Order: sequence, then C-alpha cells, then structure tokens
Amino acid sequence: MIRTEFLCKSFGKLDVLKDISTEIKKGEVVAIIGPSGGGKSTFLRCLNLLEFPTRGRVYIDNIDITTGKIDIKKVRQNMGMVFQHFNLFPHKTALENVTYGPIKVKKTPKVEADQLGKDLLSKVGLAEKAEAYPSRLSGGQKQRVAIARALAMQPEIMLFDEPTSALDPEMVKEVLDVIKGLARSGMTMAIVTHEMGFAREVANRILFLEGGRLAEDAPPDIFFTKPNSERACQFLEKVL
Amino acid sequence: MVLDFVNCFNSFFLAQILGQAIGQTGLVLDFGKIVPNIPFILQGIGITLAFTLVSALIGFAWGTILSIFKISNIRPLKWFADFYTSIFRGTPLILQLAIIYFSTPQLIGYAIPPFQAGVITFSLNSAAYSSETIRGGILAVDKGQREAAMTLGVAYPLMMWDIILPQAFKNILPALVNESIALLKDSSLVSTVGALDLMRRGQIVASEKFIYFEPLIFVGLIYYLMVMSLTWVAQGFERRMRRSD
Repeated sequence: MIRTEFLCKSFGKLDVLKDISTEIKKGEVVAIIGPSGGGKSTFLRCLNLLEFPTRGRVYIDNIDITTGKIDIKKVRQNMGMVFQHFNLFPHKTALENVTYGPIKVKKTPKVEADQLGKDLLSKVGLAEKAEAYPSRLSGGQKQRVAIARALAMQPEIMLFDEPTSALDPEMVKEVLDVIKGLARSGMTMAIVTHEMGFAREVANRILFLEGGRLAEDAPPDIFFTKPNSERACQFLEKVL
Repeated sequence: MVLDFVNCFNSFFLAQILGQAIGQTGLVLDFGKIVPNIPFILQGIGITLAFTLVSALIGFAWGTILSIFKISNIRPLKWFADFYTSIFRGTPLILQLAIIYFSTPQLIGYAIPPFQAGVITFSLNSAAYSSETIRGGILAVDKGQREAAMTLGVAYPLMMWDIILPQAFKNILPALVNESIALLKDSSLVSTVGALDLMRRGQIVASEKFIYFEPLIFVGLIYYLMVMSLTWVAQGFERRMRRSD
C-alpha cells in the first residue's frame, strides 16, 4: 500500500533520512520507534509529502507520488494524519473540526456530514463535546477529536506522529485505546511512538530508525526480545 | 531690506491673529460666537466617518491581498507587493493625495472629485501599512494549522480563507484598530483638496468669522471623541474575543 525506495531527506547539510526502503501493506500496523532525532517524524511526514523527499520515491498503491505530476491533495485525502500537538482549528467547535474536511473538500451535504461527525465523535467517546471549542477540551479529548477529524475523510491509511507525547500521563490511555480500536478494525496505520508497551501490543511490525537509517525492521516479538542491531539493544535497555 | 519687510509683515500678521484671541487680558474663548455654525460643522462628522470607513475597508481588503502576495512563492508578486509598500510608506501621504487629486486628471483627462480622490489615496496608502501587519499575523499562526488543513486535502485559497486568515485577523485586531484610528485622523488631510470634512468645515467657519481657536478646538474635540469611541468599541471587541479562548 505504501512503499518507499531509497528515501532520503536532507535539511541543508543535515541528512535526516538515508536510503529508507520499506513497505507498509494493507491492514498492517507499523510502529516507528527510535531515539530522538533519528528521523522518525520526518519519515512519516515524507509519506504524505508534508516534507518533500530530497531523493528517492514514495509509492502509494503503486503510484509514485514524488513525480510532481500527482495531485497531492487527492493523495492526502486518503491518508489521515494525527499530530503530536493536535492542531485542531481553534475557531471551530469539535464537530466543525470533524466535519470541515467532508463539507469543504468532499462536498458532503452538511446534514450528512454532521451525522458522520457525530457518529465519529461518539466513536471516540466525545459525543457530548460536539459543540465545545478546542480550548475547552483536555489534551486527551483534543487528540481524540483530531483522530475523529482525520477519520472523517474516510482514509485508507492513518499516520500518527507521536500522538501521546504532548499528553499528561493520565490521558495517554484514552487516546491509545482509540488507536487500538482502529487497529482492530483493520485500518492501515503508521505510528511514530515512544510508548513501547503499546507498540508491542498493537503493531505487526516495528521499524527502528536511528541516525536516519532503518536499523531494524522486525515483528514486535523478535524486536523486543532479540534485536539484531547493537543500537537497538542499547535503545531497548534504556527505555524498557 | 526685503527681509526686514517680511519680518515686519509677519509680526504684524501674528499680532493680528493673536490679538483676536488674547486681547488685553490673555486668552478668552467665546464659543457662543460659533453656535450658529455648529450644525454646519457637525455635518462633517458623517463625511469624515464615511471617508474613514470606506478607505479602511478597501485598504484592508487590498492589504490582505498584498500580504498574500508577500508570503507567496511567486517572485514577481512578492516583488510587486514589496515595491508597492516601499513607495507608499516612503512618501508623504499629503503628496500622494496631491498627485492623485491634482496630477492624475492631467493624465486621464477626468477630474476626480475630492472625496473619491481621498478614498483612493487613503485606501492605497492604508493597504501598504496593513499588508505588513496582516503578513505578520499570518506568519504568527502556528504552522501546524496549515499542516492540518493540508493533510485534509484542503486547497490553498480555501485554507487561507477558512483557517489561516480568521486566526491571523484575531491576533492583529488591536493593530488594525490603530490603523483605523490613524486613518480617521489622517482623513483631515482631504481638507487640503476641498472635501467638506470636519477639518475643512472648521477652517471655513474660522475664516468666515475670523476667529480661530473656537472652531478649531471644537473640531479637535469631535475628533478626540470619535477616536475614543473607536477605542472603546475595539476594547469591547477584544474582550469578547478573549472569552472564546
């Protein structure tokens, strides 16, 4: 479903990603972990071209999206993204945040979009917060609204960029539970995370990025018990 | 010799003017003298306000467009907007007004009425200033907002209109009010091309009655009250906006 070939990204002289070639299959849940500055977020952001790769290719459903000929807006509509800092629209209510994409981009009639929005908000446990502005919501609630907003476009792929890193500890679980539910429903997902227990539980595969390289690509059982690389061993010693 | 004459003339003239007000016993103001002219002066309020409002709105709209040019990746648009701003900020407003009112008819063969010449000048000038403010406001919006809109597949113009600009305007509202206040006061410059605004009416009364302090102070008071009301309205606005945070 998503395939990268020799993906490289440099910011000036800094090489953040070096020749990443990998694939995420339909229905797979991939957790991307590794030390800070290892290129995890940049890799994720290259998948929907929020960062344009310096070299290399990104294929979505076997279509190269880096040629410049593809309407990237169409590609992005099919890839929901959830950010570390939620990025909800502060001047819109929770429901308006969720229905904005369907109404303005997909031209869904408002009544229909409102129904979809309410369904999604109750799915993330926030039906009663539909009319609340983001400033009135807790971090965990904001992130769940953000997930609902991404789902409202009915994407086939969901990208999560450290969805729980900006949350107070007691709110992490409510967000992870929503993501777990999505994983069970068969959604294709790529999740950058520092929650090792969560990665082990929901991911089918772990990508370990270190120093801009894909140092390890393994199922969680293998990665967490007997990782191949020295760096992965050191990393796991520190975080587990 | 000539200089002596000029000096002599000047002091005579000054004494004439001051003599009216100061007399023998110092400054004596008699507003009773201008009472019959007050309705005439007050009619200028409408003209000054209409002038300010129209110029502010056009200037704001054009300033928004210029600010989008300034942040765009299209080089010629950026150059144009920067050059435009430098011209209107780099020359006196009264000169711009004079060029548009007195000089352009020479070029286009059509005499622009004073009010319209004023609105054109002040809109163009105000746009140059507010485009900088609006540009700052746009850049101050968290870039995550833009990314969130992009990942939903929202097109650039729609993203600007629905997501970025509303947040930018909210942030710069106080600065925009300042711009309107400046515009309200600067509008008195149209008196130089003969538009019958508040300032001009004050001057007319002054020269008719040959008293200066009373009509000009009266006009000054009206300007002051208008600026104060504008400030209060803005403060009320801001308070209401804060409540939604």
